[in-house]
Amino acid sequence: MLSRVADSIYWMARYVERSENLARFIDVTQYFTLDQPDGAANHWHPLIQVTGDEELYEKYYEQYDAESVIRFLTFERRYPNSILASLTAARENARSVREAISSEVWEHLNDFYHGVLTAEKQFQDDVRAFARYGSADNLFDWIKRSSLVSAGLLDSTMSHGTGWHFANLGRLLERADKTSRILDVKYFTLLPSLDLVGTTIDDLQWSELLRSVSAFEMYRKQYQTITVPRIIQFLILDDLFPRSVRYCLQEALVSLKAIGNHGHLRELQDSPRNRAEEELAGLCRELQLITADEIMSRGMHQFVDHLQRRLNDVGDRVYTQFLLIGP
Amino acid sequence: MFSHGFVDSGSPFACKSGKSNKPRGGGGPGVEKVAGVAAVSSGFDLNIGRVGECSLSQFQQYQTEGFYDELFQEDGRPRAGARALVEMIEELPPGELARRQKAIDQALLRMGITFNVYSDQEGTEKIFPFDIVPRIVEAMQWGHIEAGLKQRIKALNCFIQDVYNEQTIVNEGIVPRELLQEAKSFRPQCVGFTPPQGIWCHITGTDLVRSGDGAIYVLEDNLRCPSGVSYVLQNRMLMKRSFPKIFSASKVRPVIDYPSRLYETLVHLSPQDRPTVVVLTPGMYNSAYYEHSFLAQQMGVQLVEGRDLVVVDRQVFMRTTAGLERVDVIYRRIDDDFMDPLAFRKDSMLGVPGLMSAYLAGNVALANAPGTGVADDKVIYAFVPEMIRYYLNEEPILPNVPTYVCQRAEDRAYVLAHLNELVVKAANEAGGYGMLIGPMSTTEEQAEFARRIEADPRNYIAQPTLSLSRVPTICPDGIEGRHVDLRPYVLYGRSIWVLPGGLTRVALRKGSLVVNSSQGGGSKDTWVVASVPDQVASTEEAL
Repeated sequence: MLSRVADSIYWMARYVERSENLARFIDVTQYFTLDQPDGAANHWHPLIQVTGDEELYEKYYEQYDAESVIRFLTFERRYPNSILASLTAARENARSVREAISSEVWEHLNDFYHGVLTAEKQFQDDVRAFARYGSADNLFDWIKRSSLVSAGLLDSTMSHGTGWHFANLGRLLERADKTSRILDVKYFTLLPSLDLVGTTIDDLQWSELLRSVSAFEMYRKQYQTITVPRIIQFLILDDLFPRSVRYCLQEALVSLKAIGNHGHLRELQDSPRNRAEEELAGLCRELQLITADEIMSRGMHQFVDHLQRRLNDVGDRVYTQFLLIGP
Repeated sequence: MFSHGFVDSGSPFACKSGKSNKPRGGGGPGVEKVAGVAAVSSGFDLNIGRVGECSLSQFQQYQTEGFYDELFQEDGRPRAGARALVEMIEELPPGELARRQKAIDQALLRMGITFNVYSDQEGTEKIFPFDIVPRIVEAMQWGHIEAGLKQRIKALNCFIQDVYNEQTIVNEGIVPRELLQEAKSFRPQCVGFTPPQGIWCHITGTDLVRSGDGAIYVLEDNLRCPSGVSYVLQNRMLMKRSFPKIFSASKVRPVIDYPSRLYETLVHLSPQDRPTVVVLTPGMYNSAYYEHSFLAQQMGVQLVEGRDLVVVDRQVFMRTTAGLERVDVIYRRIDDDFMDPLAFRKDSMLGVPGLMSAYLAGNVALANAPGTGVADDKVIYAFVPEMIRYYLNEEPILPNVPTYVCQRAEDRAYVLAHLNELVVKAANEAGGYGMLIGPMSTTEEQAEFARRIEADPRNYIAQPTLSLSRVPTICPDGIEGRHVDLRPYVLYGRSIWVLPGGLTRVALRKGSLVVNSSQGGGSKDTWVVASVPDQVASTEEAL
């Protein structure tokens, strides 16, 4: 597969996943605020913190109110990670490789993009109605589903060769990154309830956090009662839940190995074949050895920071290994 | 590479006056259902469509207005091949045709079948408007066109081979030497070279027009990177979904095998058993990017950009996730000028340094061959009938539009004296640019062109304004006649093959004769009616 094409497929999948996760963040924050008495802590500010783009936000907006934050994260064209900017990038990437992906995937992404453009017009026409009643919820739910449809289309209409594995790799690395970020910021926001660590808090807010990554029901099946270490265990270290960091990275490693094996899963080797595999395998091993208690005693934020640096290293090595082909 | 055509009743191609059409009955049973092109039903609908809520009165009010009409005779009755179509359209309930047109417009946007407009910053993607009333070409008429195109391409290929080698046609004074020497598209790099299989113009998209007298003329030979064939295939797909019954009743010849024919044409250029074929595109911001991507996808080959290729030891490789991989045949959709900064324009960022050296060493085949553009020059065009006589010893089957070559003193004098009636074209411009449209121009514009012609006569030709034929077209106020041209596609591989169909471009603006997509043109499906032994599309490629 052409390196440029592989690169575009990888970023196409990453950007779609990014838009889905942003939609999830906004969605869960709206639910948080619905159950807050007036004047309670501002939940919109941490949402910008989770993105790490406060500086850019403050350049364009003065307040951390619902309307501004939703506008920034969803439609802001000057913010390269907004949902609209992500989908624009995903679609541009898809367009540059539309002969390599299936027509179904391309047409879906094209629809997806046009749908968000239409929503942008609605938003501009009546901001308040949009933010308060219905439309916003519908939009973010629709974005989640559209992202899932694109993943489903990739899975079921494209051969699972090198190109598909690049898409899978991009999607899973992005998802691991975002799950860790949302946990990081909510952990910070919910600090007061940390007194209750280890007890049954069944806090609405913690359950909303689980819901934002579609983890609530699966978590309940496994642990029934909500405790902070178990939430960390489930979102970071669970090896069956598809949005847990560890699950994502293990699956990403399988795709990375397949890429190094001409797209095939058969006769994969245990030992890493290249620097990229080496890096990701090391990170997976680390997540096998660490416990939720250790993460908490090390500090959630420090842990997430470290994790994100390691994820960036994986991305860099993938680039030099497969995408930067000389002379 | 786009055509024009302008009405001028004083020209040799004056139109005949037609009689009024008899009114036709409408309404009735037997309505087809639109399959598969319904609008998106998510909460976030696409909202486009150039067709308003007008009620179409079908053909009751339709007038040929004295123009040659591709679907109707002068007496208002449909031509033989169009009868089934016209009857079926008449049976549609009011508004149904407009609804189907709208569904198709939405399908085009959904599928992202768009082109880019260079100068247009805001929303650079546009749908190439598609009109659902097809143009129909009768079997016998098509036989004539097909034979004429084959003859013409064969002669043009002989000409290109000759001018880069023996130059006998010049030595014998049939084509003036100075015209050749001054042709901007003549590539000295190709002198003495013979491409694989001796073929230069593998893919051609010749522009044809039908004048008021009903005869077909060749307007331009597009021998460099003719575009538009992807629209032919997509238009057909949309038509079959919208009008399955009409389609099968009309015995239309299939176009679906173009990609596999193209692939065979390209494979033919390599001595390898299973050569690696790629399509080379300038990138996604090129106006024809959709087509490049579509053809690569349909042929199942890689679509590459210049930066994906590298030349090592005069061999071409592409950069893949598994390292460098050898490339044998390149269908390049980049003009000569931008193909290789070492051989042609130094400032090209799109090309592949060293590509020309690999080509001349015989290590890679290029289609179309570099240098082919010499026969695409609008002045050289005037000599194609002579080439046919010279190389093939035959009379041209399809005539040229009479062309005044400003290089010749007597032609120039005539042109300068008749600027208000002629169409003047620069030899190396495309897309409808660099043109003077006599009957529609101001005296200032005419003076400006007179100045340009006198300064550089070699660069200009002039032709009489043509009265282009028309086809019924969906317009805001119902069905009206609009002017069309026709671009069939010709492949030169093991033999010369003409795609039975082609791109019918239509000037959507009332009275306009400019069919260019960049200037308000749209397209139509082109139905070539099968004669008895031909394949029929509906049975061959039923969905």
